[in-house]
This record gives sequence, structure tokens and C-alpha cells, in this order.
Amino acid sequence: MTKTVLELRNVDKSFGPIDVLHQISLKVKEGEVLCLLGDNGAGKSTLIKTLAGVHKPTRGTILMDGAEVSFDGPRAAQDMGIATVHQFGGTFPLMSIGRSFFVGVEPTRGWGPFKIYDRKKANAIAVKAVQDFGITRVDDGDRLIGGLSGGERQSLAIARAVHFGARVLILDEPTAALGVKQAAHVLRIVNEAKKRGLAVVFITHQVMHAMAVGDHFAVLIRGAIAADFRKGERSREEITDLMAGGETMADLEAQIEGYAEAQTDNPPPPSP
Amino acid sequence: MNTISIGNLLRRPEAGAFLGMIAVVLFFLVFGGINFLKPAGIASWLNVAANIGIIAIPVGLLMIAGELDISIGSMIPAGSMIIAIMSGHYDMPVWLSILAVLGFGVVVGTINGVLVVRTAVPSLIVTLGTLFAVAGMVLGLSVLITGTTSVAIKAPALYKAIFGQFIGGTYQVIILWWILLTAVYVFYVHYSKFGNWIFAMGGDRESARNAGIPTTRLTIILFILSATSASFVGMCQALLFNSAQVSAGMSYIFNVIISVVVGGVVLTGGFGSVVGIVFGTITFAVVNQGIYFTSFDRNWSSLIIGVMLLVAVLMNNTFRTMALSYAPKKK
Ligand SMILES: Nc1ncnc2c1ncn2[C@@H]1O[C@H](COP(=O)(O)OP(=O)(O)OP(=O)(O)O)[C@@H](O)[C@H]1O
Ligand SMILES: [Mg+2]
Repeated sequence: MTKTVLELRNVDKSFGPIDVLHQISLKVKEGEVLCLLGDNGAGKSTLIKTLAGVHKPTRGTILMDGAEVSFDGPRAAQDMGIATVHQFGGTFPLMSIGRSFFVGVEPTRGWGPFKIYDRKKANAIAVKAVQDFGITRVDDGDRLIGGLSGGERQSLAIARAVHFGARVLILDEPTAALGVKQAAHVLRIVNEAKKRGLAVVFITHQVMHAMAVGDHFAVLIRGAIAADFRKGERSREEITDLMAGGETMADLEAQIEGYAEAQTDNPPPPSP
Repeated sequence: MNTISIGNLLRRPEAGAFLGMIAVVLFFLVFGGINFLKPAGIASWLNVAANIGIIAIPVGLLMIAGELDISIGSMIPAGSMIIAIMSGHYDMPVWLSILAVLGFGVVVGTINGVLVVRTAVPSLIVTLGTLFAVAGMVLGLSVLITGTTSVAIKAPALYKAIFGQFIGGTYQVIILWWILLTAVYVFYVHYSKFGNWIFAMGGDRESARNAGIPTTRLTIILFILSATSASFVGMCQALLFNSAQVSAGMSYIFNVIISVVVGGVVLTGGFGSVVGIVFGTITFAVVNQGIYFTSFDRNWSSLIIGVMLLVAVLMNNTFRTMALSYAPKKK
């Protein structure tokens, strides 16, 4: 009974002469996590930026609830319920938790040109939203974002998206650069968002993280979908191979060993 | 929750600026005596502060947003010359000249803003270009029209009373404008949503845009504010002194930037406050004028300002780190 929220049909994206995405067709469903896998530069970030309204597809169509849509900008996508936590960013280190939570949609009270930013309300809502996701260490909305840990920041960004009624949650490498515990925290929040019925698009380079939350997997190789399968249809080794861009892990290991041997064949000259 | 403690106050962007201001006031009190805090003494630095301060706030906001505007250096004489040529040389009604002065600020500000957001050229270079372009244009037109580089203007008493007069013989009326504008800025920057947008833009422009903030429009508006503020100050000076000179204004570039940085605005953007900029401006003006109350040679004031600037930059980083590490006390 899962409903398709967002769908891409034969989407191409090029930046001038550079073709980045080719003929991408994908479905994002309610209450499911779609894992986008792929090597560096495969086009994952470009794909989700197209979903988020940052880029316009060069060709092809985007459908939301079955109807064709075209986003004029990130704001338009947001208004339709597509929330994105971008790779490298999405938070403002020198702003308070409350203020950054509400960037662009600040709660105000008062009248006409004298509308006042409602700091108390913003802080209270922000702190509650984060705590609802189990991050109880965040309890003061005046704290600056820069003072939070990486995992707390990602959690805050996800909580923010959910709070603003997102139906589709797009996460670009939310667990990159996180320690094991922090990553587990973020994965738990992804699961929580899924349980609340959101459609989640999740990008990661780590097979373990993908397998922990993913229901559906799509592998990008040089901008094209090389594989599209559901949970349980492929083994961990197969997924790892696909993520390495089609080369088998065994090949890569052989290469690494070959390199290591080449190194030992020519030991560096002894230093004087 | 929101308890006032020394620790909390120290973490505000204006903390360093406030301490700096107290320090220089005490310094000149010790070496210059109490004259410097008597009405005539206060006027000497308050007048300087007001002229700088009106420009320093919008320039500071630009810096918080991650941009810089040095074209103010030629916008000040442009404002003076426009009103002097239109209403001094040509006898046009003063209200029309005032509209022209502010309109010219809007035009140059828009050019700066549009060039910065449309091209990837750093705003320092863009406004360096408009700095020289406007300076050349003002000089050229002034010589062409009036044959000189200094034009006299006799404005009606009403306009002098509003824009350019000494209150009680010593206080420039522009001080009241500074106070009024500061109040407006404090409200919009710290108590409305627009301020949030400026800080977000300076923190991470890309993310701010992704969050739906109209970054392009906001940047252009900030450039318009700084250019218009500078032409406004120039206009007030012409009305006050009854004459306008082509060459006045370049020193304001440095004075304004120093005031902003001493006021606690972080050079990389995203952190600062209006009140801090006001403290920074007063600090600069006190050092600039306080030296006359001491027995030191006035050249030493540059040394003090230079050292102060370096200390301020270092302190700003420290205060920012403290602000980041702030965590509520466990009860
Ligand atoms: N605005 C742009 N203009 C031109 N080329 C671009 C642009 N954005 C991305 N590209 C190119 O598109 C390709 C895919 O980039 P993308 O950022 O989508 O990769 P990615 O899969 O997210 O990689 P990573 O795992 O390293 O984050 C890269 O070769 C990149 O250079
Ligand atoms: Mg990427």
C-alpha cells in the first residue's frame, strides 16, 4: 500500500557541455527509504539537487503525486513538501539553534512593519522538535549551531525538515564524517522519519548504513542508473561492488595488493 | 532561562567593543583630563562618530552578509556636490536636490549590488571600480559645470535645521539622525526576521538560498543602503558647512571599516551586531579626537588606532570561540 510521492522520468541534466545525468527514472515512495549509492562524482548530489529544485532538469519530467511539476527554485520544492539537507551545509555555525531552525520562515508577532521575531517561541519549538527525535542533550535554543556535534547538527536539520511538514526528506551523506555512535543516532532518526510516513532519499558511501535503513536501492554509475533493486535482492558483496563503480571488490583488492607488492619490490633507498 | 550573567554578556558580539570603548575612554580620561567628557569635549568626538556611524552600520551589515563596500569614499563627496551644484550653483529647490542625492545613492548601490550578485567578482573589486568611477565623474562634472572643485551652497533655514546645523553651537544635528537610524537598524536587524536573513546569508550563502531567502534582493538592498547612507552624510556636511568639496571622503573608507571591525563584526561574515558597531564607532572617534585633549602629538592616534584594530581582530576570534562553546549550566 505504498504510494509513490515523487517520480523522475527519463531525466537528463547537463551543465553546458558536461552531461552529468542520463535518463534517470526513479520512484520515491511514502514510508520508504530510497538509498542512492555511487562513487564520487557519479552525480548523486546533482540528482537530489534536481529533486530539490536547485537545478532544473535539462530534459525529462518530475511528477509529484502523479502530476507533472516544475520547480522554480528550492523554495517552490519546499512549499510542495520536499525538504533537503545538503551535503556540506544546511546549517549556520554562528547562529543560534532557534534562529537557524526558522531561517526563512521566522515566527513573528506584532503588526505591519513592526513585526518582531519571536525568539522564545522559535527556541521552544526548535528544542522540542529536536528532543522529540531523542536528542535530549539539546535543551537551550540560544546555543550556537557551531557548538553542536556533527550528529546533533544533522539531527537538527532532519528534525527541522520533519517539523515543517516535509513529505519527502532528502539527505545528502548525513552520516559522512560521523563516528559510529553519532552515525547510529542519525540512522535511528532516519528510521523514525520513515515510520512517520515520510519518503526518504538517503545518500551514503557506507554499505552498512545503506543496509541499515534502506528499503530500495539505486546505484548511479557515471550519471546513469546501473542497478535498481529492493531490500534483500542483493547481497552485501554485490552492493559493495556496485558502489565501487562496477568493479568487483576482489579486483580492487588485487589492485591494492599489486600496488603493495610493487612497493616492496623497490624498497626506498636507505637514508644516510 | 535567559538569566543575565557576566558570562552570557561576554559572549555577545558587542562585548569586546564595549570593553574597548571603556578602555579608551579611561585612557583619555587619565591622560587628557575631564575636559574630554565635558559638553564641548563630548561634541568633538560625538560629531565625528555620528558622521562615521551612519555609514558604518550599513557597511557593517554588508560585512556580516559577507560583502564589502568601499565606494562610500566617493559617495560622500558625490552627495555634497550634487546638492551644492543643484541648489547652490543652479538655485534649484532643495527638496529636489535631496531626492537627487538619495536617488544617486540608490542608483550606485544598485549597480554595486547587481554587479556583485551577477558576476563572481569579489565586492571589494567591484566597489573599488565604482569608487573611482564615481570620484572621476563627480570631479569631471564639477569642473565642467562650475569650473571649480569647491561649490558654495546657502540652504533655507528649514533644511539647515533638519540636516545641517549646530545644536547649542557645538552638536551637529546629524547626531540625532544617527540615533534615530541606529534605533531603526537595531529593530530590523535584531528583532525582525530580516536580520536573521542577513546573518544566515553571511554564515552560508548557499544554504540561505536553499532555505528560500531572497539572497540576491537582500544583497542589492544592503548595497543600496550603504551607498545612500554615504550620499546622505555628504549632503548633510554640505548643508552644515555651506560648501562642498570634491576631495572629501576617502579617509572615511578606512575609518568606517575600522569602526566596524573594532565593533566586533567578524571579517568572514555571519557574526556581529548593530550596537557593537555603534560602540566601535564611538571608540574610533574617541581615539581620533581624544588625542587633542592630551599633551601627546596627534600623530600618535594613528598608532593607537592601528594597535586597537589588531587587538580587536584577535579578540573577535576569541569571543566567537567563546560564543560557540557556550553551553547552559547543568542545574
Ligand atoms: N554546477 C556544476 N557545473 C558543472 N559540473 C558540475 C556541477 N555540479 C556538478 N558537476 C559535475 O557533475 C559530476 C557529478 O557531481 P556530484 O556532485 O553530483 O557527484 P556526487 O555523486 O554527489 O559525488 P560525491 O560522492 O563526491 O559527493 C561531477 O563530475 C561534477 O564535477
Ligand atoms: Mg555529493
